[in-house]
Amino acid sequence: MSRLLIKGGRVVDPAQRLDAVRDVLIEDGQVVSVGAKLSVRGAQVIDAGGLVVCPGFIDLHVHLREPGREDKETIATGTRAAAAGGFTAVCAMPNTAPVNDNSGITRFILDQARSEGVVRVHPIGAITRGSRGEELAEYGDLKESGCVAVSDDGRPVASARVMRRALEYAQAFDLPVVDHCEEPTLAERAAMNEGPVATLLGLRGAPAAAESIMVERDVQLAELTGGRLHVAHLSTAAGADAVRRGKARGVRVTAEATPHHLLLTDQAVKDSGYDASTKMNPPLRCEADRRAVVEALRDGTIDAIATDHAPHTVDDKKVEYEEAAFGVVGLETAVSLCLDRLVGPGLVPLPRLVALLSTGPARVFGLPGGTLAPRSPADVTLLALDRPRKVDPARFQSKGRNTPFAGWTLKGAAVMTIVGGSVVWKDDK
Amino acid sequence: MSGYPHRHLLGIESLEPSEIVAVLDTAEGLREILDRPLKKVPALRGKTVVNLFYEPSTRTRASFEVAEKVLSADSLSIAAAASSVQKGETLLDTAKNLEAMNPDMIVLRHSAAGAAHFLARHCRASIVNAGDGAHEHPTQALLDALTLRQRKGRLKGLRVAIVGDLLHSRVARSNVWLLSKMGAEVVLCAPPTLVPPGIDALAPVTHRIDEAVEGADAVMMLRIQRERMTGAFYPSDREYHVRFGLTEARVKRAKKDVLILHPGPMNRGVEIASEVADGPYSVILDQVTNGVAVRMAVLLLLLGGGGGGES
Ligand SMILES: [Zn+2]
Repeated sequence: MSRLLIKGGRVVDPAQRLDAVRDVLIEDGQVVSVGAKLSVRGAQVIDAGGLVVCPGFIDLHVHLREPGREDKETIATGTRAAAAGGFTAVCAMPNTAPVNDNSGITRFILDQARSEGVVRVHPIGAITRGSRGEELAEYGDLKESGCVAVSDDGRPVASARVMRRALEYAQAFDLPVVDHCEEPTLAERAAMNEGPVATLLGLRGAPAAAESIMVERDVQLAELTGGRLHVAHLSTAAGADAVRRGKARGVRVTAEATPHHLLLTDQAVKDSGYDASTKMNPPLRCEADRRAVVEALRDGTIDAIATDHAPHTVDDKKVEYEEAAFGVVGLETAVSLCLDRLVGPGLVPLPRLVALLSTGPARVFGLPGGTLAPRSPADVTLLALDRPRKVDPARFQSKGRNTPFAGWTLKGAAVMTIVGGSVVWKDDK
Repeated sequence: MSGYPHRHLLGIESLEPSEIVAVLDTAEGLREILDRPLKKVPALRGKTVVNLFYEPSTRTRASFEVAEKVLSADSLSIAAAASSVQKGETLLDTAKNLEAMNPDMIVLRHSAAGAAHFLARHCRASIVNAGDGAHEHPTQALLDALTLRQRKGRLKGLRVAIVGDLLHSRVARSNVWLLSKMGAEVVLCAPPTLVPPGIDALAPVTHRIDEAVEGADAVMMLRIQRERMTGAFYPSDREYHVRFGLTEARVKRAKKDVLILHPGPMNRGVEIASEVADGPYSVILDQVTNGVAVRMAVLLLLLGGGGGGES
């Protein structure tokens, strides 16, 4: 029997309403007990004095790129990046090549994750075959082989009829449907957010309404069908409001937001001089939208912080802005950014942040973990709130270097990541 | 050389009024060379300039080439659409290959906004933006300003209407920046579908051309850029001409000595009536000469001096 005792840390477990100095005892990959001054003979002891001990962080929105684009990222490098960033589980978006729209691909991903992966990988299957937005994928097979949700992420489900059917059919397998909400005709060829900044830069923009129209549509379809809707990377005030109103009338809708939408605006595109590390979809929005998303995070409209980790090669980004690939990496910066910019200034209390990174995402997709309650998987993230962290892309575990936060100095970091009772990442500095 | 402390010319937005004046004054001084029988001075002997044009452009390219010749620079023009780009070479690779020749300056015309900033970040040479997507076309704004200043004796206080496809126009953006920095009173006019959001922070916008032209010292007409349009922005050329085109009758609302500027090429019968284009208020020939003078000034200020800081 292998025993691990995490001693003397401040245990923050929102699911148990716990925020106190406690010891956590782990046996054979499971949490056995959380208590004051536990003493166990024969246990390996981790001194967590001065550290915060949290349920392992779960990222609902990650692009691992394998199979098909191993030049951008692999399951090995992506899960190492996750571990380094304090995540014990990641949900892998299906826009690989080929698309994860069948059990063969799902099983491949899980096999790779078992042999090469460092943290847990939960595959997300496609909503439609090839993510073409036409025929539904085989949700029964996807679920049985291990998918935890369905999404055509990267592409919105353009047809309301297809989205309706997806929300209906997915209920047979209790799968949430994750939509990348964007009305395609309003976002055609857009490189950034529509507004005064895009006007000055001469770049084509997508208006906030391109997102919120689709969120409204999806919330109404979830209401019509009773299906479970999860809104990916919410970035607008109107989109957040649509989710808020939906929740208020009992619609089964959840939402996530990314650190970059919480912290940056479209002004970053201009300030960077057209640097493509500021280009992603949905784009960085205006300050009013950014504030509204932070507010939605505070008032419970948003259930989870997800990174939309989207690694790209240097060549995919080192081109004209409008030619550059969409997306930024996020796994290795998210926790420090949130600690420094959300918890630091008091916008979000630490227990709420922990909930947004653990309990919240676990509930959204119905995943194991998200708490340190007895019999939970022994997935634990340890934080050092005072640890300075300089964002240095050259030191990323991810193959992707495309971050708009390069050079930022942040206070607070994940310093140890434990998956199933094994320490998979440790930061000694 | 003083007055222009930058290594690049990427746009008007980042320039100080005094720097704009420095370019215009230098251009004014150089114009005289163009009237000489022997139009050549050795100012940039030994300097190499590459004109890298990713979009077809007869007048801007010719204007830069003449300016380079007059100043005795070694120059090389590359119409990139007809060369390696079609084989899939990236802008960066092309620029890096050109850099092997150690050019002192690259003049870039490109359909992507920010292309000049991109080169400035990755190349050693001075970069002159000769038009990047819908972003800026600084030398066009400078030559328009030179023309206005010559004819009107000043820029401050002039009432200038900028009319047409504001959404897709880099000329409009550069001109709004330049004219408002220099104290002119700018009014913008376009159908609502061709007004980029937030442009009204720089100058007032009207959808009525009669209002825009009223009492104007100058009218700058913008070309309808069909090649950049996705879908229809207005129902027909006929309706556009009737509602938003510059006609003889409308010109009469402007000041008697109004100047009409058009960066060309014109869509006659759409944004501008032929009678107006060919009328007495047109300053197109001045614009050609001033274009060369302004580009000579830019070349000289960027290459002729002891160098400067970053742009
Ligand atoms: Zn997405």
